[in-house]
Amino acid sequence: MGPSPADGSAKKFGVVVFPGSNCDHDAYYVLKNVFRQDVRFLWHKDSSLEGVDAVILPGGFSYGDYLRSGAIARFSPIMKEVTSFATDGGMVMGICNGFQILCEAGLLPGSLLRNAGLTFACRFVHVRVENARTAFTSGCRAGEVLKIPIAHGEGNYYADGETLSGMERNNQIIFRYCDVRGAVTGEANPNGSVKNIAGIVNGRGNVMGMMPHPERASDPALRETDGAKIFLSAIGHLVEKTQLTHSTL
Amino acid sequence: MYLAKINVTLRPSILDPQGKAVRHAIASLGMEDVRDIRMGKYIEMKISSDDRAAAGRIADEACRKLLANPVMENFEYTLEKI
Repeated sequence: MGPSPADGSAKKFGVVVFPGSNCDHDAYYVLKNVFRQDVRFLWHKDSSLEGVDAVILPGGFSYGDYLRSGAIARFSPIMKEVTSFATDGGMVMGICNGFQILCEAGLLPGSLLRNAGLTFACRFVHVRVENARTAFTSGCRAGEVLKIPIAHGEGNYYADGETLSGMERNNQIIFRYCDVRGAVTGEANPNGSVKNIAGIVNGRGNVMGMMPHPERASDPALRETDGAKIFLSAIGHLVEKTQLTHSTL
Repeated sequence: MYLAKINVTLRPSILDPQGKAVRHAIASLGMEDVRDIRMGKYIEMKISSDDRAAAGRIADEACRKLLANPVMENFEYTLEKI
């Protein structure tokens, strides 16, 4: 499954660890053991990304979700580096709390509010791939339905009307909550997100945030592996980028 | 020294499920006349400046950059000399 380090194509991933991150090890585990990539933890107080090819902001409750989820983490020293990396076109992926941090940091539009249903939602959901032409979804078919778990109390995506129509024009909405057949309905929306939004990219397409946890649905030992398609898309994109760079040398 | 008393509230267009839940609890206490509850945050911040305008600038910057998220929240504050 995926490129192996033996052929020299392993990419370097950095998983940022904030105080209160709790999906950092899951992300590390799947990248290293399922996808055979070169992966390291990056401590929130570090001021170097150690030359990684992609950054993952993992799920959890950074700084205890004090003030607002992600609000304090976004001022961690490492976030200065993540921001300039993203500005230079570097690949950044925020999962759950990582998505909240990217919104707070202004690297993604909008914000994540308390779930409309008042519950912490922890279960498998279905999301429909709305744009299969991004670096994070190229291994999916357009309209494909992925089964990936969520686990959050504040995943209710919100952006104002003007921001939303801009995002729709640019195809920045990449995942919407849907039913098992791919119908985007109110019943399939677990948290009240506007337009059933579950995941988005920035205008340039190099920064992605999603509430569902692909790292929890990647290891075949856990049976559900739809999340792997997202990591494999990202890895494939990085490999392709390297090949392009080499071929122009 | 100034004491800034800051209120951060959800914008009117934003649903407040927490406020709604608290309203239901209030109603179950028998206070049926309570119609709407909106939850917000109250923050006190001491600013070591004797210049009111400077203290105001600091309070304003703290609100804009950290204490409130302009996507979903409004803020207001008062300054009190202490």
